[in-house]
Formats: sequence, structure tokens, C-alpha cells
Amino acid sequence: MNGLVAILMRDLRLASRRPTEALMPVVFFVVAASLFPFGVGPEPAMLKQIAPGIVWVCALLSSMLSLGGMYAGDYSDGSLEQMLISGTSALEVAVAKCTAHWLMSGLPLLLVSPVLGLLFGMETDAIGVLMLGLLLGTPVLSLLGGVGSALTLGLRNTAILILLIVLPLCIPVLIFGAGAVSAYEVGLAPTGHFYLLGALLLLSALGAPLATASALRISV
Amino acid sequence: MGDVMRAQDLTVRRGAEVLFKPLNFELRSGQLTWLRGSNGSGKTSLLRVVAGLTQADSGNLTWNGEPMSAASDYRARLLYLGHANGLKDDLSAMESLQFLTTLRGVRHSSERLQAALQRTGVAHRRKLATRMLSQGQRRRVVLARLALETGPGFWVLDEPFDALDDAGVALVQELFQENVQRGGSVLFTSHIAIEAAATPIQELRLQGMKVR
Repeated sequence: MNGLVAILMRDLRLASRRPTEALMPVVFFVVAASLFPFGVGPEPAMLKQIAPGIVWVCALLSSMLSLGGMYAGDYSDGSLEQMLISGTSALEVAVAKCTAHWLMSGLPLLLVSPVLGLLFGMETDAIGVLMLGLLLGTPVLSLLGGVGSALTLGLRNTAILILLIVLPLCIPVLIFGAGAVSAYEVGLAPTGHFYLLGALLLLSALGAPLATASALRISV
Repeated sequence: MGDVMRAQDLTVRRGAEVLFKPLNFELRSGQLTWLRGSNGSGKTSLLRVVAGLTQADSGNLTWNGEPMSAASDYRARLLYLGHANGLKDDLSAMESLQFLTTLRGVRHSSERLQAALQRTGVAHRRKLATRMLSQGQRRRVVLARLALETGPGFWVLDEPFDALDDAGVALVQELFQENVQRGGSVLFTSHIAIEAAATPIQELRLQGMKVR
């Protein structure tokens, strides 16, 4: 348990030493999402309709952006070896790294999403639904991303490979996350979508750290 | 007292190639063991197996008669230093050292850490990010982990003398002696000859599979 906390705190401290690098995913998220009105035209009705999809796709891509470095840095400088032989289990390492990744990429997205919602003319309630969806969905992206990142350790040009492994697995999150807001906007209850997102979160929280741990043991 | 690691018919593969002839050895407490072999003979691979990072291809490795995976006290005794230092560029020497020791479940006061860095001669650089340090200084930061040890440790060190100056080499030998006197043991590789000090050094030679 001590090891888990130590790794988590160290990752947060490392991010604080390189603030520009740490903020990159959020900047990408905002910039990419705000390009859409220029591309598809400024009609408020259409923007409002496609907003949840845009926010979710951009959130997905932005959290993929930071996956490559999740284990690669620790792998190349030998920190990962030290973590794995230290008596801290590989599972604890995986949980710590996923939590750190979510705190640095998922949480900031969640916090800036209302701004994007307003930009696209979404109503306050709909923004609430969007945020709840992101709260349930973004941890799934970090958990699945951890598996992809650990599997590709030691290989070259991993960015695309990670995308190919992880993106297909993330599609259900995208569907139910964006679907919750769309359902709410046509007057249906979004609870069903939330239950499904919650189920995905539970499933990946139980399975992904185990898979990541095995991948780490193989790769190191 | 009297811990023993025993290897029987140990072989290690890299890809399809078997690296060395089946190996039998015993590492006892109070022993210094110099692992020797030519480049590519599998020294690092063997050290990684001993450290539990990878599995041997065949044969078995036991700690006090128990298989390595079941030996719970082994992890606590093991201190492994690989080619890569395990330091983060953006953390200071103190922070790195604190992190690496906390991982092993020991929390040292900053005075202890500072004293260890003092001993390895990098205390004046303790607050600098390690990316600002030279290769030798980084090595000295890592070697401060050896100076922090108080119990009989099982040290597995890959080229600990790399990038060190003469004074550094002497210091590491001194640390070896201290560990051996506490009843620990050291398994290391080195390209430079180590003078036999108070403790005789046992040599373990790796012989390649190919006839040269």
C-alpha cells in the first residue's frame, strides 16, 4: 500500500515539474473541440445536437495522447524494474499509475467540459448529464489505456499501436457517454446509459489492472 | 544467519539462443561474488533472473531451500541495481532516494538520506534535479542506497563501478565489506579488477555455449 501511494505521489510531483507537458491533453481537448464550429458551420441547433459527440470524441483522443508516456519513461530509466522488485506488487503499480493518469488527464477534462458545453449552447442540465457521463467514463479510458501502454513497452513507434489496441475497446464508453446526453435532450431518462457506463467502469476496474500487471511482468 | 541461494542447472535464453552452459552455484551470507564472462555471455540476464525480474529457462533457483517465488523474506533483503539507474530526471537526488527507499517499505529521515549522500560525495548536489548531474554523480546518488542499508542485504549489482572515479570505486568496495560483515552477500559484475580486501572474492565464470 505504501508503494502504491509513493508511486502516485511521485507521478503527481513529476507532472508538477513539467506543467506545460501535463496541461497538453486539456489544451488539445479544448482546441480540438472548438475547431468544430468552424468546420461544420455556426448554426446553433446543429451544434447543440452534435456537442455531446464532439466532447466525447475529443476527450477520448486527448486521453489517448498521454498514454504513450504512461510506462515508457519508467521503463527506459529503470524505475519500473525497481518498482517491480521492490515488494510492491505489479497490481499496485498498475493501480497507482492508472489513478495518476486519470488525475492528470481525466479529471482536468471533466473540469473544463462545462466550458465546452456552454460554447456549444448546451443547457445547464444537459451539461450536468455530460459531466456525470465523463466522471464514469474517463476512468475507463485510463484503465484500458494502461493495458495498451503496458503491452507495447519496449517497442518502437508505440503511439499508433496503442491507439489500435485501445480505441476499439473504448467505443462502448463513447456510445453510452454521448448517448446519455442525447437521450436527455430528447426527453428520455439517461439513467440506463449511466448504469451501463457504471458497469463498464466496474468491469474495467476489476480486469484492466490485472491485465496491466501481467503485461508489465512480461515486458520488463 | 546463514542464508543461502542455490542454483541448479540454471540456463537462460535470449530469444532462441541459450546463453551459457547449465550453471550450478551457491551464494552464501558473508560472500562476495564476482560474476565474470565476456560481453554477451549473459551476465546481465543472469542477474535479472537472480533479482526475480525474469524467469530462468530451466533449472531451479532456491532461497534457503524454498523456490524464489515462495521466499517472502527474499524481496526485503534484495537490493538490485541494473544498468539503468532508476532515477527520474526531474526529481532531485533526495526525492529520488526517498522514493526508491519508500518503495522497499523503509522511510528514512532526510538527515539519514543526507548523510548517505554525504558519504557517496554528492550531498552538495542533493537538491538539484538529477538531469543536471554527471553520469558519475548519478551513479553516486544510486550508490547512496547501499550506504543507507543497515541489515544483511542480498545485493545484486550490475556494473556498480561504471562511471565511477578511483575514490568512488574504493568507496563501493568499502560498502561491500560492511555488508559482508553484517552477514549479507554481494553478487556483482565488473570490468575492472577488484583487489581482494579483507574478504576473499569468489569468482563465478559464465561459459558460452559456442566453441570458439
